[in-house]
Amino acid sequence: MFKSTLQSPDNNPTQSSEANFLVIENLTKAYPASNGGEFVVLDNINLTISANEYVSLIGHSGCGKSTLLKIVAGLERATSGLVTLEGKEVRKPGCDRMMVFQHYSLLPWLTVRENIRLAVDEVLEGLPNSEKAQIVNEHLAMVNLMGAANKYPDEISGGMKQRVGIARALAIRPKMLLMDEPFGALDALTRGKLQKQVLDIWENHRQAVMMVTHDVDEAIYMSDRIVMLTNGPNAQIGEILEVPFPHPRDRQQLRESSLYFELRNHALNFLDRYFSSDD
Amino acid sequence: MSVQMNLAAVFAVATQATWKGSKALLAKESVFLPALGFLGIIVLWWAIALLRSDLMPTPPEAFVNNLDFILNPFYQRGPGDLGIGWLLIASLRRVLIGFVLGALVAIPIGFLIGMSRPMMLALNPVIQIFKPVSPLAWLPIALAIFNLADPSAIFVIFITSLWPTIINTALGVSSVSQDFIDVACVLEMPKWRQIYKIILPASLPYIFTGLRISLGIAWLVIVAVEMLTGGIGIGFFVWDEWSRLNLSSVFLAVLVIGVTGLLLDFALARLQVLVTHRKPLTTN
Repeated sequence: MFKSTLQSPDNNPTQSSEANFLVIENLTKAYPASNGGEFVVLDNINLTISANEYVSLIGHSGCGKSTLLKIVAGLERATSGLVTLEGKEVRKPGCDRMMVFQHYSLLPWLTVRENIRLAVDEVLEGLPNSEKAQIVNEHLAMVNLMGAANKYPDEISGGMKQRVGIARALAIRPKMLLMDEPFGALDALTRGKLQKQVLDIWENHRQAVMMVTHDVDEAIYMSDRIVMLTNGPNAQIGEILEVPFPHPRDRQQLRESSLYFELRNHALNFLDRYFSSDD
Repeated sequence: MSVQMNLAAVFAVATQATWKGSKALLAKESVFLPALGFLGIIVLWWAIALLRSDLMPTPPEAFVNNLDFILNPFYQRGPGDLGIGWLLIASLRRVLIGFVLGALVAIPIGFLIGMSRPMMLALNPVIQIFKPVSPLAWLPIALAIFNLADPSAIFVIFITSLWPTIINTALGVSSVSQDFIDVACVLEMPKWRQIYKIILPASLPYIFTGLRISLGIAWLVIVAVEMLTGGIGIGFFVWDEWSRLNLSSVFLAVLVIGVTGLLLDFALARLQVLVTHRKPLTTN
């Protein structure tokens, strides 16, 4: 069911470790069920993500896409199977795989600047204070939040909160960015703006990204590949969709291409197929 | 605690009124209506005193009788004959020492209970049994241990302060959002640093709620304790003046105790704002 893999222009074929940056092998996640048996959420997932690749996970709610992301983050353990990052097994949470949370998860007793600083202090412990402050300022500027640096999270809008979440994630220089429906709680206009901002940042500093979403347009606009999960329980990878548009991308140009609509219809058809079998 | 009027709430209403930009409303909501309430009480008192002059003095009589106390709150006319200011300070000292000791013990215990299920299972029954016991029941035990009135009174306040702070701290610690813990885990924050960088600040609003309830009850209890132990203090003053059939001074003491309790709660609410940078949860 896999579509032919198109190499992105900067994907150097000589670097196999770059291509196998994150490897998920035969991953299964099951919970003990009340009847004594097992409730299988994710069934035999195999996925490889390369070092500069933006991958989206899409599927109906409850299909286990967030669980998969949490397993990669180390916040949950797989029942069986293996997740490796640069060849090393992922067993626990780590700052090499930083999360951007759906509900921002900012600490409400710290200002915007202090929230980012807390992460920098924790991860880049050895650096001198001036350098840490510099990193915090750089990332505040990156998400246009210099003006709100000294505000508390409950004084700023949802879009601004998520920009703090993204700045916090990027400031600790993770090897991989994990985003759990990062734009899911935002209104449509803010969402569009923030998608563009995040994509701009990513296009300037490429790295491996795994993003959970339920928005097909978002997945096509932002990612290089879209991993479509079948409905849970026993969710599997139903299909992986290549998005061959080169970066940097322009949303309006994308919308004018017929390929965009082919991809979009393909993805929506996939989701519809599983939707009707569910309800 | 619902009897206690919340000064912070009154101020909140007042500031809200200013934001609305209406000065007339401000005057009405924060001055006129509260004043009306006090006026009602005074009228009621006056009416009863006029109808039964053998029962109690009228407000002006009480005021004249209390003039010496009001004008000279800090007189010293021999051992045990002190102005009402000194008595208040003596009572406040006992309450604050007992309360601070209680907080120092209760907050760590609350943390243990909130963070560890075995601890919760071990300590919860003990707390549930001791919590409904009137703190005054501890007084004979305290007197047996210390053989002195003052440490016994402080001990009773200490016991009083424990339960609400333990329970609220444990609740706060156990209800720290998993999202915050996830952030700490992803940042590979060691457990001990999670406690003071994440769990403590996240549960501070609950801890302060517990502290405010504790301090409120402690201030209620000190008056009763001092009535029993005697010595210098606002509680014994109430009892002593009653024995001398000087009801005017009892009225004064009631007012002073009430205002002091209000100020204590207000001070703790201010401290909470300073420490947490957030508005306190209204506990009424």
